[in-house]
Formats: sequence, C-alpha cells, structure tokens
Amino acid sequence: MRATVVVRPKQGILDPQGQAVASSLRALGFPVDEARVGRVVDLEVDADDAVAARAQLERMCEQLLANPLIETFEIAVPQP
Amino acid sequence: MTAARPRIAVVTYPGSNDDRDAAWALGALGAEPIPVWHAEPELPAVEAAVLPGGFSYGDYLRCGAIARFAPATAAVVEFAAAGGLVLGICNGFQILCEAGLLPGVLRPNESLAFVCRDVPLTVERADTAFTSRCAAGQTLIIPVKHGEGLWYADDELYAEVEARDQIVLRYGEPCNGSVGDVAGVVNEHGNVMGLMPHPEHAIDPLLGSADGALLLASLVDAARDREPVLAS
Repeated sequence: MRATVVVRPKQGILDPQGQAVASSLRALGFPVDEARVGRVVDLEVDADDAVAARAQLERMCEQLLANPLIETFEIAVPQP
Repeated sequence: MTAARPRIAVVTYPGSNDDRDAAWALGALGAEPIPVWHAEPELPAVEAAVLPGGFSYGDYLRCGAIARFAPATAAVVEFAAAGGLVLGICNGFQILCEAGLLPGVLRPNESLAFVCRDVPLTVERADTAFTSRCAAGQTLIIPVKHGEGLWYADDELYAEVEARDQIVLRYGEPCNGSVGDVAGVVNEHGNVMGLMPHPEHAIDPLLGSADGALLLASLVDAARDREPVLAS
C-alpha cells in the first residue's frame, strides 16, 4: 500500500532553511512572506488495510521519521 | 582495582571521521583507546566510551538519527544505563540526543553556514566526570566544525535542563544559534555528556590550544577510577 508521510518543522521553531528559501523567492520577485521547509517520505507498506497502515506509520513517525521535539508529521494513506 | 591506562572505547560508524583523532588524543592523555566498529553488538570491557565526530550514515534523515539504530549504539546505551561514562563529540552528541540519552536535539545552524573556527567556551560546571580538571567559570578555547550544531530545547525542556544543572559548557560568543548558547550538556546522572566543540583537536599548543586536553584528561581520570563496566 502506498502511503505518504509529511514531516514539518513545528510551529514557532526557527527554520533557517525556510527563511533562505523565502528570501530567494523574494529576490525572484515573488511576494512571499514565509516559507517553511519540511520533508516528504513516500512509502510502500505491507498492511491489510488503511487503518493498519496508519497505525504502523504513526509508530514509524514516532520512532524515526520525525523528532517530536522539533517536528510534526502528517500521514496520508488511501481512503478505504 | 584502578586501571593505570583506562580502556576507552571509540566507536566508528560509516562516515565517522574524527574517530582516529579521538583515539590518538585519548592515547596521548594516558588512556588505551579501543576501536569499536558500529556493527559490534557489544562493547569490550572498557571504563568509558566515546562517540566521535563525523557524518555517521551520511547524516541521512537527521544527524544521528540512523546511527542511533547501530548495534554499537545499543551497546553504548546499555553501557550508559549501567553507569558507564559516555562522551559524545559533535556527531556523537547528535547521536546521543537522538538516542534519548541527552536532552534536546541538534539542528542546522541559525546562519545555515558551516562554522569552523576556535570558539571560547565557558565552563558552567567543573564537578562532572568530564570537566574535573577545569574550574567553574573558566574559558576554554576549543574549535567547532559543524553545520548542524544549534542545540534546541523548547522553553519547558530548557527550564528543566537548567533546573537540573545539566548545562556544562556554553559558548562565550554567538556560535550557531543554540538555545542559551549551550555547547555541552550532561544527563541527569552525570555519566553521559555531549558537546559540539572538538576537544580532541585541541590537546597540544601546536594545534592552537590545549584546552581540549582538560576535558579529555578529566574523562581519562574518571575512567581510571572506575571498574570496567560490562553491559550484560
């Protein structure tokens, strides 16, 4: 089953990478106030259904894919 | 029994690059460095362990995030739980944070630039196994070289870390944007320390400073007083 995890820097956490991206976009003439840079992980997981997949993915995020001190995560699995 | 030349494990991960310097420095300061490959599931009988600097596993995902799962890291975690002395330098610090042995996390420098220079550090605590040769308030000059050395803790965690007196070293001038200018912390029990600066690169005046020797020699002293810890 295909699934996608999006990891973002937590609200309020300084994101220098996002700041650099925002200022580069402004330099190109785009009216950008803020950019935040996260990470997307596409996975192929072995699970019976979307519920089981989501449960697995949550554990993956908690144990490895995201650091809860600085990041939040969102999981997208196909709707059952 | 006290060991004349205490045995100190130095773990090498794929991508470690300061392991030899750390081993050399420990040897020069009276220890017997014991190289340990990351795939080793257990540590040999040692009195302390050092996780060196570098870019373990390419720093994929987050610095130290993958190294945390190495068999040797599991052995170091057991060793620390049994009271063993563990020092993480730079990438080693990042690994110890990711492994949950030390509070906080290391993030990309505020400037996004790699910082590579000598920095002044203020010794906050001289009563740890890693700073016994220093004096509280003393300034040490030790080089840093990192792109991801901004130590981060949220307000709540930072307050806890301060209340528990876990901050051992602070930068004496802005370096990377670390919260509270924190450069090095210990765990609650005081047997695990991590720091971003590289004491192993400052153990001889010829290198510009010998202040790093104060930290590493403190560790060697502490290790000498210890029985070997065998994590079962």
